[in-house]
Amino acid sequence: MREIQAQEVSRTVADMCQQANYHLGRDMREALARARDREESPVGRDILDQLLQNASIAEAEHIPLCQDTGVAVFFVDLGQDVHISGGGLEEAINEGVRQGYSQGLLRKSMVAHPWRRKNTGDNTPAIIHLRLVPGDRLRLTFTAKGGGSENMSALRMLKPADGLEGVKNFVVETVAKAGPNACPPMVVGVGVGGNFETCALLAKKALLRPVGQPNADPELAQVEEELLQRANRLGVGPQGLGGRITVLAVQMEVYPCHIASLPVAVNIQCHANRHVVAEL
Amino acid sequence: MSGESLVVHTPLDPETARRLRAGQRVLLRGVVYAARDAAHKRMVEALEQGGSLPFPPEGAVIYYVGPTPAPPGRPIGAAGPTTSGRMDGYAPALLAQGVRGMIGKGYRSPAVKEALRQYGAVYLAATGGAGALLSRCIVQSEVIAYPDLGPEAVLRLEVLDFPAVVVNDAQGGDLYEAGKKQYALPDETGGHAAG
Repeated sequence: MREIQAQEVSRTVADMCQQANYHLGRDMREALARARDREESPVGRDILDQLLQNASIAEAEHIPLCQDTGVAVFFVDLGQDVHISGGGLEEAINEGVRQGYSQGLLRKSMVAHPWRRKNTGDNTPAIIHLRLVPGDRLRLTFTAKGGGSENMSALRMLKPADGLEGVKNFVVETVAKAGPNACPPMVVGVGVGGNFETCALLAKKALLRPVGQPNADPELAQVEEELLQRANRLGVGPQGLGGRITVLAVQMEVYPCHIASLPVAVNIQCHANRHVVAEL
Repeated sequence: MSGESLVVHTPLDPETARRLRAGQRVLLRGVVYAARDAAHKRMVEALEQGGSLPFPPEGAVIYYVGPTPAPPGRPIGAAGPTTSGRMDGYAPALLAQGVRGMIGKGYRSPAVKEALRQYGAVYLAATGGAGALLSRCIVQSEVIAYPDLGPEAVLRLEVLDFPAVVVNDAQGGDLYEAGKKQYALPDETGGHAAG
């Protein structure tokens, strides 16, 4: 049994929250730079320049990339030979979020209740997806998920007869509806199969891939590419002001499902696509 | 969309607001008021109870933003726009009070667009997610109402050359519609196209 101190988890989490919010990952910078080269709309190119410049300013001046520093979402793979000592794992993560968002001068965007809406003041609780895996490591993936793009996400229980065409149409329809609200250029996470909650989780997990890394399954990779092409024919463009680049990447994950079901979830991610991984 | 940015001073006078056209890029100078979801709810409740807005409404420009805390030595943290549609239900009541501009991102409702025509007001978009960049254009920030709302408090912001683009003007012009139309291509798969 390997011991990991709860305090060490909190320290790591606090660093991750800040790292993600101040430094745009290389995958996103490269995707934005490629988009800048391909965008035909002059306004669209200006917007993409602004976004690249924004990332440089955030890094150099230590200002968050976006004022929406997100809900703190964690995917945690806990090795079954790990023992967390000195406190509970979930509380250790929440303590890290508390420290990270306070020390990092990040915005606290969580309200304690969906309609009473009083701010919790420290961006907790985090949303934690815990999985027990073989081994003696603790792997944490953090994403700061903004509200604007999350709000434009959608889930639909299709009929099996709707098939892959139905899935594709729902994805394109969701991107079209998201339009300027979701801060395009976006990354689109798609989860297909499983059940009601599993497809949503798959869609979010799909977003954690480095941007533009196709699915390892060639058939899925081809669907991703086709959806990317279709979404970019919508004309929405950077910030919805018109242009070729509405979506930077479509990333899809699938899972077995019930004979009666074809669940599809589309999780929209804005260009401030912030995710970091740490392993203890 | 016009290439040259026009310097526009706030508060917005009626002539300037009516002259601005969808697609015009502007650099704002002067005071704007930061307010988002919870502050809008309170402001409109105050008006319904016969109260007044926490700032002089005549020609005022409201910026839909909830910034991050200010780092030491700076007036404000990251300060990009939030999605405007959530304020649609409140916006006409504020425009009726004399508010003449709103800055945010994303679609407005038909009722808001109609109110823009009725009151001669404009809706502008700033670049969503460019929080660090836009932070540089805000030279002063002060909480003027609802401090208990934390990141949703009403702020008086002094801006200098704050970049934005007119999306919906007082004549019914709509840049989101026009921009999309200009660049949309037919969906060759026969599935749903632009919707």
